[in-house]
Amino acid sequence: MSTRLARDGRFLNKSKAIKFTFNGKQLRGFEGDTLASALLANGQTLVGRSFKYHRPRGVVASGAEEPNALVNLGAEGRFEPNARATTTEVFEGLKAASQNHWPSLDFDVGAINARLARFLPAGFYYKMFIHPRPFWKYIYEPFIRQSAGLGKAPKARDADTYDHFYAHVDILIIGGGVAGLAAALTAGKSGARVLVIEQTAHWGGRAPVDGGTIDGLDPDEWVKKTLQALEKMKNIILGARMMGTGIYDHGYVLGYERLTDHTPDQDGPRHRLWRIRAKQIVTATGAIERPLSFAGNDVPGVMLASAIRDYVVNYAVSPGDRTVIVTNNDDAYRTALALKDAGLEVPAVVDARPEGGGALMQQVKDRGVRVLTGKGIAGVSGGKQVQGVKICAQAGEGAVLEEIPCDAVAMSGGWSPVVHLWSHCGGKLLWDQEKAHFHPDIGRAPTGADGEPFVIPAGAANGSMSLANVLAGGVAAGQMAVERAGLKPKRIATPEGDSVTEAPMQPVWMMPQGAGVKLRNKMWLDYQNDVKVSDVQLAAQEGFESVEHTKRYTTLGMATDQGKLSNINGLAVLSNALNADIPQVGTTTFRPPYTPISMGAIAGEARAELFQPIRKTPIHEWHDDNGAYWEPVGHWRRPYCYPRDGESHADAVNREVTNTRENLGLLDASTLGKIVVKGPDAGEFLDMLYTNMISTLKPGRCRYGLMCSENGFLIDDGVVARIDDDTFLCHTTTGGADRIHAHMEEWLQTEWWDWKVWTVNLTEQYAQIAVVGPNARKVLEKLGGMDVSKDTLPFMAWADGQIGGIDVRVYRISFSGELSYEIAVRAGQGRALWDALVEAGQEFGVMPYGTEALHVMRAEKGFIMIGDETDGTVIPQDLGLHWAISKKKDDYLGKRAHERSHMVDPDRWQLVGLETIDGSVIPDGAYAVAGGTNENGQRNVQGRVTSTYYSPTLKRGIAMGLVHNGPDRMGERLEFPKIDGTSVFAKIVDPVFYDKEGAKQDV
Amino acid sequence: MLILTCPYCGVAADETELTPGGEAHLTRETVGADDAAFEGYLFKRENPKGVHFERWRHAYGCGKWFHAARCTVTLEVFGTYPAQTTEPPKDIRDKITAKRPGWSWRDFG
Repeated sequence: MSTRLARDGRFLNKSKAIKFTFNGKQLRGFEGDTLASALLANGQTLVGRSFKYHRPRGVVASGAEEPNALVNLGAEGRFEPNARATTTEVFEGLKAASQNHWPSLDFDVGAINARLARFLPAGFYYKMFIHPRPFWKYIYEPFIRQSAGLGKAPKARDADTYDHFYAHVDILIIGGGVAGLAAALTAGKSGARVLVIEQTAHWGGRAPVDGGTIDGLDPDEWVKKTLQALEKMKNIILGARMMGTGIYDHGYVLGYERLTDHTPDQDGPRHRLWRIRAKQIVTATGAIERPLSFAGNDVPGVMLASAIRDYVVNYAVSPGDRTVIVTNNDDAYRTALALKDAGLEVPAVVDARPEGGGALMQQVKDRGVRVLTGKGIAGVSGGKQVQGVKICAQAGEGAVLEEIPCDAVAMSGGWSPVVHLWSHCGGKLLWDQEKAHFHPDIGRAPTGADGEPFVIPAGAANGSMSLANVLAGGVAAGQMAVERAGLKPKRIATPEGDSVTEAPMQPVWMMPQGAGVKLRNKMWLDYQNDVKVSDVQLAAQEGFESVEHTKRYTTLGMATDQGKLSNINGLAVLSNALNADIPQVGTTTFRPPYTPISMGAIAGEARAELFQPIRKTPIHEWHDDNGAYWEPVGHWRRPYCYPRDGESHADAVNREVTNTRENLGLLDASTLGKIVVKGPDAGEFLDMLYTNMISTLKPGRCRYGLMCSENGFLIDDGVVARIDDDTFLCHTTTGGADRIHAHMEEWLQTEWWDWKVWTVNLTEQYAQIAVVGPNARKVLEKLGGMDVSKDTLPFMAWADGQIGGIDVRVYRISFSGELSYEIAVRAGQGRALWDALVEAGQEFGVMPYGTEALHVMRAEKGFIMIGDETDGTVIPQDLGLHWAISKKKDDYLGKRAHERSHMVDPDRWQLVGLETIDGSVIPDGAYAVAGGTNENGQRNVQGRVTSTYYSPTLKRGIAMGLVHNGPDRMGERLEFPKIDGTSVFAKIVDPVFYDKEGAKQDV
Repeated sequence: MLILTCPYCGVAADETELTPGGEAHLTRETVGADDAAFEGYLFKRENPKGVHFERWRHAYGCGKWFHAARCTVTLEVFGTYPAQTTEPPKDIRDKITAKRPGWSWRDFG
């Protein structure tokens, strides 16, 4: 069992004990512990269950690459699933719980899957759950849903805050190990603006644990000295607990800073997303040790050799009294030395290399440790905890030579440089046969806007595996970054690294190399997704030869750790199965983020009220004070209706419609788009934009116009008013204002740039109030100031003047079918005019109405609404709007498209009105069915509803819809099936339900 | 995230400041064009692995449309220029030739 050692740990403050809980159990750690080290210190080797087979799993690694130790952290608003225990720093009161088991971690019913493992190989789900079809919905899916999954999704609102931060630097150095620090020192001396980020809380990386000397100093001492020097430089920013998440185009990098994860009581944001632009980037991201593939390599207690070294040295944690080390390289011998230094037993080092290692092996032997060369592990005994290992010949098939009792196994399959960030933006890789790893191909670096490389790898991330090379590489990278950033590098003395020379490693992709299927079935590649050597071999056998296909078929490397431990091993197994070289098979694509980052950090401050800006009209406050029920329309908020005490929204809408038709209604139409188009060529320009003829419009008059895209589809509509010879005011839909203004600018700038036309979007400069109903003229006459009579200001005319002492522009336009004045005023006067109208309107029965009453009234009149009757596939001709398409014009946007064969097809669905037989309302989006079925067995359709409402004026359900040959089928009944299985029947009628002659609006 | 320099206001703008506008230097086909020509104008686009000419708008800046010549593989930007032209300017074509000898794009190269 693992336990705490009496000695000190590099990261520990043993004078400060910390209490935390795991699965409700009260445990103690020290300041400086990670959750993983604290759990191990408490003997908690079992930390979770695997995804598919629910196998017991323990901590494997000591950093970001950890696949097993995922826990639920915190509670309620601070609950977080799938947190890696190895990167979670403990704090007083931390609450953690293990995941993916039922009913408990120790006894998990799902573990039955492990017994069924033989029947659940790669692709099992794909093969098994296809037939019979109904089984999927009722049996397979519920079962899979229950058994799958990692942590639970949080239910409460996130209680923390997050923010974003922008940084522009000359040089960004990712990784604060000795290579990164050497690069920083070099770059800093040149005067460049440098940002150095390190994902952990500690600087120096692995060097202080792995030993050797730098400039004759202990690496710890050198790191301390270097940090002091860096902190003195004003041009350097050091950021610990900050991960380089991804490298993107043209030197864009995301940094993920964890500010208060370890001190949750501290004020301020929890995470900060740094949005960094750097001229040059140094990736000093280190390397990750690979596991070895032997049977039982997932039993709790089997860990990476480097991780065991970290736990002993950094956290004073013993992984067990007796640790067997299994390796194919010299580095793992350092773990034997660390364990011996801590007074722990190393029963044996099992070295797969027939000749064993070099100087490090000798040192270990000198300490009295037994070294078995040319040997491997044939199996691990123990279920929830290692109890021993079975030794075999690496060259054989796994015949057991002896069993060695132990409580932990330290494995090392060699080191893989962390090339993720190098690769994100197109950096290519080379395979190093000798070290059996991929490293950056310096000749094919990611390139920036100038076509020159902008990423420089350094240290272990560049494939350097000795301290001396790592330091030299760091200095060289720093110098190169300075030069490429256009600055003058200053020479600095390269820190001299001295470490033991290592003998060559020997690639071992399977242990023993001749293992039979029984052993291969227990060799885990991907711990988190439960992918084994046998699964990858099966995938290859079944024809999934591309590494990308194998990945998706087996789910290798698709878990939250993204295969940091498993990818290279899996790749090697696949290559062997395909009899191909590893570089020939290639790697899967590395994609950001390097490790998962919080959704909160991505959102930053853009949440709740700050999620997006809200646009308010000048009359917004009045609506709010008078009980408006708000509807979002784009970024605007518009009153949907104004319910009175106890009134339902539907009742309120009906009241507002009836009152407007009988008395007087006020609508805040300020959100309507208002674009001024001005210049000698403005008329010609608008003739091109609208399907109608606009240039013939007389000053003082208005015209309803349609706009189409070059594809011929309707994109917007609205009333155009001609202000003077050179000036037009184009009204657009509320949602269309910015889009249509951009559309105008696009054509003006990119096609007709020699035309003398200017456009300005004045939407927010004006408030606009629609005064609607039989009493509309009366209230305006009462307020007085201008002649609003029919003779002076007829329907479809406009005039400037004053109403109640306020300068106004009055348009006689109607979207309701009633007598209507739309009055535009300077935004600052909007509220004053509204208040005056409300007050003066009392005797005329004034009521405000909202967007829904507006919709109902326009539907009663058969007016189309962009977005309801149109959906990007509808042309004006579909909507019976031929009258608004000029035949005199040679050209307009969409004219040529309207001649295309499909556009003139008589079978296009066309607009009609629909009147339900029983008076009910047809559901939104309902389809009219036709006889027979299509090839999918669905009923054929012959039309669909585009707008549907209850009409308080007609006291029945009315609708508009697009129907095959609709206008020729007046009076025919159509059937609209509803979701509940019943149908509603409707008669095809004219789309204008109310005042077809237009007499009411023209008085 | 790309950085393109707006040729009007001179700002080196992040991609988030810009809106893309697809292929540059299209010739508008309209009434009188046959079906094939009109289809080409509406729908047929280059999808090169290499040199490409695109339209961008400095939408959250000066609002101007401009053109960018860039490499879709390496993301190298050869230059940006105002949209009021029917073909890439000579200095930009020369620059591309210097860096990508033998390049061609539609009728240019």
